[in-house]
Order: sequence, then structure tokens, then C-alpha cells
Amino acid sequence: MNFLSNLISGLSLGSIYALIALGYTMVYGIAKMLNFAHGDIIMVGAFASIVFINNLGLPMILGVLLSIVVCVAVGVLVEKIAYKPLRSAPPLSVLITAIGVSYFLQSLAQLIFGTNQKAFPKFIQVAPVQIGELTIKGESIVTLAVTVAIMIALTLFINKTRMGKAMRAVSEDRQAAELMGISVNRTITITFAIGSALASVAGSFYGLTYSFIGPYTGSMPGIKAFVAAVFGGIGSIPGAMIGGILLGIIENMAKAYISTELSDAIVFGVLIIVLLFKPTGLLGKKINEKV
Amino acid sequence: MKKLLSVLLAAVMMLSTFTACGGGSGEQTTDDGEKVLFIGGSGPLTGDYATYGTSVKNGATLAMEEINAKGGTNGYTVKVVVEDDQADPQQAVQAYATLMDDGMHVSLGGTTSGACIAVTEEVKKDGLLMLTPSGSQLECTQYDNCFRVCFEDSNQGLYAADFIKDNNVGTKVAVLYEKSNDYSNGLKESFEKQAAVNGLEIVTVEAFTDQSNTDFSVQLQAVKNSGADLLFLPLYAQEAAYVITQASSMGLDVTFFGCDGLDGILEKIGAENVALTEGVMLLTPFAADSTTEPTASFTKSYTAKYGATPDQFAADAYDAVYALVAAFEKAGLNPGDEGFNEAMVKAMTEIEVVGTTGTMTWDANGEPDKNASAVVIKDGAYVAYQ
Repeated sequence: MNFLSNLISGLSLGSIYALIALGYTMVYGIAKMLNFAHGDIIMVGAFASIVFINNLGLPMILGVLLSIVVCVAVGVLVEKIAYKPLRSAPPLSVLITAIGVSYFLQSLAQLIFGTNQKAFPKFIQVAPVQIGELTIKGESIVTLAVTVAIMIALTLFINKTRMGKAMRAVSEDRQAAELMGISVNRTITITFAIGSALASVAGSFYGLTYSFIGPYTGSMPGIKAFVAAVFGGIGSIPGAMIGGILLGIIENMAKAYISTELSDAIVFGVLIIVLLFKPTGLLGKKINEKV
Repeated sequence: MKKLLSVLLAAVMMLSTFTACGGGSGEQTTDDGEKVLFIGGSGPLTGDYATYGTSVKNGATLAMEEINAKGGTNGYTVKVVVEDDQADPQQAVQAYATLMDDGMHVSLGGTTSGACIAVTEEVKKDGLLMLTPSGSQLECTQYDNCFRVCFEDSNQGLYAADFIKDNNVGTKVAVLYEKSNDYSNGLKESFEKQAAVNGLEIVTVEAFTDQSNTDFSVQLQAVKNSGADLLFLPLYAQEAAYVITQASSMGLDVTFFGCDGLDGILEKIGAENVALTEGVMLLTPFAADSTTEPTASFTKSYTAKYGATPDQFAADAYDAVYALVAAFEKAGLNPGDEGFNEAMVKAMTEIEVVGTTGTMTWDANGEPDKNASAVVIKDGAYVAYQ
């Protein structure tokens, strides 16, 4: 029983990581950059929900949906202002810029909302489900279900639509894609939009699961999700899903059976071991560098 | 030449301004020429722990206004200044230095333990009396001139175990504490010790750190499996808010019992979650709904002035200012007199203060002697436990 309920809460935590990791991995796969501000988009989304629901009094579901719009706008804006001018700059410059954007978003949230943590509205009320001795949190079920649905939709989008095809093309060879008439800039913008939308969904579920959010809410899940993306093979969409969910389960199992204090160390330790044996991550492709 | 002269003049004027405010801890007067007793302290007015500092500032300010409205003390007007330290020891020391530059006579120390301990090192050097409203860690009163209004941590854990036993609040106890926090560790250790003495059965002890202070599903699952009927939470309010909301969503049914750190949980948990705090108990000598004086009138004026129910931090600070004024009257010396600080420290051990947190006397170690009691949350308000 104990094992099962820890497994389920690990799955739910893992699906939040997976949603965030998808954003990391898509942006990396297509724009070849690590968007370290991605974690903070979660926080932007969660605060946007609070503003829509608590301050403007909109219906809860509408508020959560509108927060996705806000996140997409912020994500695209960040890409246009901060990353696009650096398209041909060395990767290190882009990385530093991303870290700068991350601090900027955190400080901005502190300025606007203060440093206190704020209660997040329970936009979906689900009673815990009781199966024998096993109690499953209602939020866990919703989070899991929505994540699975989003993943299926995303996979279909990437594999079946023209836009998805363009994304795959840009990811494989940016210059060749451009020669084939694909607008690389537009493709990258859409990638950022999708990544930010997923981050917003993750933010809402984070708020639903943990009830409180603050200006730094996004940073730790952001780092964990980055680990998940690398773990699963950065650039690979199924890899991000598997990596995220495995990470959540490992974290919870480490807490339950080894030590609550060492769980983070164990999570990062697992990452190191995986990278030692499979440097490209679980599902990462081996790319032969041509010189 | 004219230009040089004007620069010189300006420099002289600047200098004279500096000398005017560089009076140190000597005699001070207000603009109206009244003599001033300057009480200074610091607390987190912004940041995660802002509720504590704000309460301390409000409580102390209210006491100051009441005393001054009644004509001050020994011919002196009381001036209270509480600076922001964000619960950070370094900032607390800076705040202390600023206050000393402004001519502080007695110190309220810091609001949170870590900040307060840093201030004790400074007051030790300067020799002035310090009375912290809420610095509960042992080291907050480590020097002879340091006193406190609240209970010391290890006493809190001890009183909590006694209270649970005496009032039969629970028999199978689980503990959830923050391993990276001194306050939490101190309470947990003394609680465990006294629980063993009292024959309370501790069924599980769960821990977390400040790196993992949002997800408690695993720990709460273990508490649930242990069959505990009471969960002891030696935590601050924000962490406790996480614990209580998550416990509710997984259907964990236990009595939550905390100490003074849990004060402020009603604000932290947010209006929509207040129902979850029903029945949460905390050990605190202050209950806002008390009908005895001076608590009743304190609650009334505090609520009227700030539009919020006072918590224990506000009450502690209010009592601290009254205690310092009592010590000042007992000492009978004027600020700036030879031996003023020593006389104040000596007077602290001789006074008895009937405050909002009980009737208090102090021993030479700086610890208050007063009764422990608990409050329980009913319909979103703190009510004295009967």
C-alpha cells in the first residue's frame, strides 16, 4: 500500500517535471539552446492564474486557460527580445542571457507580488479516491491524466502536422531546412510558444498540488526538469516524458526508502550514473560530429 | 575665492550636522524639547517571515503610543523604532548599528532567532540591555545583558510534551521537523526527551530540509501508516501551511500541534484554505480572545489600529516595551548616566510585569518565568484551549 501510494505521488510529481522538461527539450532540440528561464515561466503562469482568479474574479478554469495565453506571450516576447538577436552568437552568450532572463523574471515577480508565498486557488476540486487501504490524491489523478493527454497530442502534432514536420526539419539541420523554404525564426517562435504553454499548465498543476507559490517557485522544479530532460536525452520528446516521470518516481522512492534529506542528492547521483554509461541520455541520439 | 569660501562654509555646515546627530547613547530630546527613551529593534518586515517582524513592530508601536498617551515614563517620552532585517543576521547587525548611531538606549534585539543571536554579540560589546520579544533559541540570551519575553526553544518542546500529556490531546505522536533549521531541531529534541519522560508514544519521526520544503507526500504517507493521532510540527507557519494543505488532500486525519512558529498560520494558509486549520493547536502563552486584562484591551486597541487580530509576536513585543519601561522606572537612572546599562540589566531581574502573555519575572539567565498555555483554531480564529 505504502509503496503504491508513494509510486502514485511520484508519478504525479514526475508528470509535472515531464511537462516542464518537454519545454526544455523542444527548445534545445530546435533552437539548440538551453533556456534556463523556462522554469520561471511556470511561476509566471501560476501568478497569472492567481491574478485572473483572485484579483479579477474570473471563473477558475477560464483563469487557468488565460494564464496559458500570458505565458505564451511572455515566452515569445523573451525569445524575440533576448534570444533572437543572439541567434548566431556563441552558445555561451545565449546561456548567460537565459540565466539573466531567469533572474529578471524572479525579481520582477518579487517587485509586483512581494516575497511572500501566495495561496493558489483550487481550480479543480477532486476528492481523494479510496481503494481499499490505498488513498490517491485527487490532484494526482488529474495531473496524470492531463499530462498523458498533452503528451499524446504533442506527439501527434510533431509527427502528423506540417508545422511538426518543419520543427523536425529545423532540429535536424537548420540551414538545410531554411533552403527548403522553412521559416526558421517562425518555427523557433512556435516552439517557444508551445514550451511556454506547457510550462503554464505545469505551473497550474504545481499550484494545485502544493497550494502555494512564490517568486522562486519555478527555480527548483526548473532545475529538476532540466535534469529530467538530460536524463531522458535532451532533444528527444519521448525522452523528456520518460525522464520526467522516472525522476519523480526516483525522488519519491529515495525519500520513502532511503532518506528524506538525501533525496535530491540521490536524484542528481542517478543522473551522473546514467550520463557515465549513456552520455546522450536514455533516448538521446548519438550524433557523429563531422569535421 | 568666493567659490572656495562657499565650499568651505558648506563643509562646515555639513560637519555641524554630523556632530548634532552623533550623540551616541547620551541624552536625546524630541523636537519639542522632551526627553526621549530610545528603544530600538529589528525584524523581518519584508520577505518570507515578514508577518513576524510586522507583528513585532505593530505591538511595540502600540505599547509606545499607550505609554506616551499616559504621559511617558519618569518624564521621558518613549520612542520605538523597529528596522527591517529580513530575518538575516547580517542585516540585523546593520540595523543595530544604524540604531546605535541614532542614539538607542535599550535594544529589542532581533525578532527571529538567527538575527537575534547576531545582535547579542553586538550588545555584549556595547553593554546595553537587550530584551528580545521572540528570539527563542538558547543563544539569544547567551550574555548577561540579554533577556527574552518568549519561551526558550527547549522549554517549548518540553511544555508541548507536558501539555499534550496533561490534556490528553493525543497518545500516538508523530513528529515532522526541518532538519536544516535550528529552531525546529531544538524543539524536536526537547519534545522527544520529554515525551519519553511522559510516556507519550512517538510512532514516527519524519524530516525534511529547506531544499525539499514543498512536497511532503512521502512523509505524510509515513505518518498515516504509523497510525498517529497527533502530528507535532515544530515548524514555521509557511512550512506548516504546506503540510496542512497536503495532509488534507491525502485524507490524513490527525491533530496538528505546533509551537510559536505556527503563529500566523491563518494568514499564511490563505483565506480559501482557512477551513483546513480547524482544530490546529499551538502552544503559546497568548490567546487573542482572552477576557482577562491587559490582554482584552490590548486585542481591542490592536484590532482597531491595524485591522488584524494580534498574534503572539505582537503580544510579546507589546510586553517587551512595557517590561523595558518598568525596568527603566526601577533602575531610576537617566540614559547617558554613569552605570545606566548595568542598572537596567539589574532592574530586569527585579521587576514583575503583568503582560498580555502572562505575569512574568526574569532570572539572571534572561529567561522569563510564566505559565504555558495553548490555543486552538476555531472558525478561523485563535481560541484559548479549555
